[in-house]
Amino acid sequence: MSGPNARTITGDEYFYGHKACAGCGGALAVRIALKVLGKNAVAVLPAGCMSAVGFNFPNLCFANNAIISTFAGTASMMTGIEAGLKARGLSDYTVVGFAGDGGTADIGLQALSGCIDRNDDVIYICYDNEAYMNTGTQKSSLTPFGASTTTTPAGSVVRGNIREKKNLLEIVAAHGIPYAATASIGYLDDYMMKVKKASLIKGTKFIHVLAPCPTGWGAQTDMTVELAKKAVDTGLWRLAEYENGEFRLNRDITDPDGIRGYLRSQKRFAHLTDEDISHIVESRDARWGRSLP
Amino acid sequence: MMRPELTSDIPEWNAGNLPPDTCCRAGILADLNAGWRTVRPVVDAERCKGCYKCYLHCPDGTIGMDSGKASVDYNFCKGCGICARICPFDCITMEAEE
Repeated sequence: MSGPNARTITGDEYFYGHKACAGCGGALAVRIALKVLGKNAVAVLPAGCMSAVGFNFPNLCFANNAIISTFAGTASMMTGIEAGLKARGLSDYTVVGFAGDGGTADIGLQALSGCIDRNDDVIYICYDNEAYMNTGTQKSSLTPFGASTTTTPAGSVVRGNIREKKNLLEIVAAHGIPYAATASIGYLDDYMMKVKKASLIKGTKFIHVLAPCPTGWGAQTDMTVELAKKAVDTGLWRLAEYENGEFRLNRDITDPDGIRGYLRSQKRFAHLTDEDISHIVESRDARWGRSLP
Repeated sequence: MMRPELTSDIPEWNAGNLPPDTCCRAGILADLNAGWRTVRPVVDAERCKGCYKCYLHCPDGTIGMDSGKASVDYNFCKGCGICARICPFDCITMEAEE
């Protein structure tokens, strides 16, 4: 389907005046999703950056309905809100959750799993900045190999995170979910199409959007969108969909040799040796099931 | 088009009159983000082609396209520079705040 674009989405702003760091990728992911979903979206946000920056009393930077959930309970609170809205006889609404990588792949995973199992009619969006950024960059299970965080510091023996990034799309798809997708704020047209598509499907929908964090990644604030694009172009992040029991890749690798430049532009990867980078290239090739030039 | 602004009628909250539950009116903005900036984006309106790219990619939503050209809400722009980098016509420059 052809999705919405900058001219067709509403000019209204529903996430405004928030206190996110300059150049925040997560804030962009939330802002754009709410513009696609419109004013009747009810947003659920667990502990994490987006609740920390959106609800600073007396500021309430969401112009639509929004609520903070427990850290582990994003999906279960969405279930409750959806049931409540239905019980009140309403039909013109979308229940959407915005949780970070830690709040989704670590702490909120069982609630998400239960929600998909019940097939509740909600959209779960995981904005992935690849660590617990709100509390000062601790490793999550979506932190990529090699990244230095405060709990996986780069030293002379261990060079950053020794584990690979968890494959969340496949975990979610294994539930037999009606619709799941990965996206990137570097490709907003693709992201907007996926949010729109999710809003038209009944049942549980899941979108995993890569949202770089200049603060935690150690990058310039104006590089956020470019990094999110490069991650896709180099094959370190895939744009894919899962629907009707099948996976579909939305975009091929266009810059296989760009990995070095992508990694070197971020302080969290500054310590990597050539050997480490070769390892990252090899695991990318393995994930894509082929050797790339 | 609805762009939230600084809220003028924020009640004087104190221990005696805090809201009874955790509910609050949506869209309350009590303070500006302008002080975060060290550089500000300046749009050359002559060269702006109205492509909407900066508007779409601003994490803070502070770029409006009301007149078909980009204009910045300096009350809430944090000066990240994404707009200047993404502009295909190089018509946004980041200038130092005084």
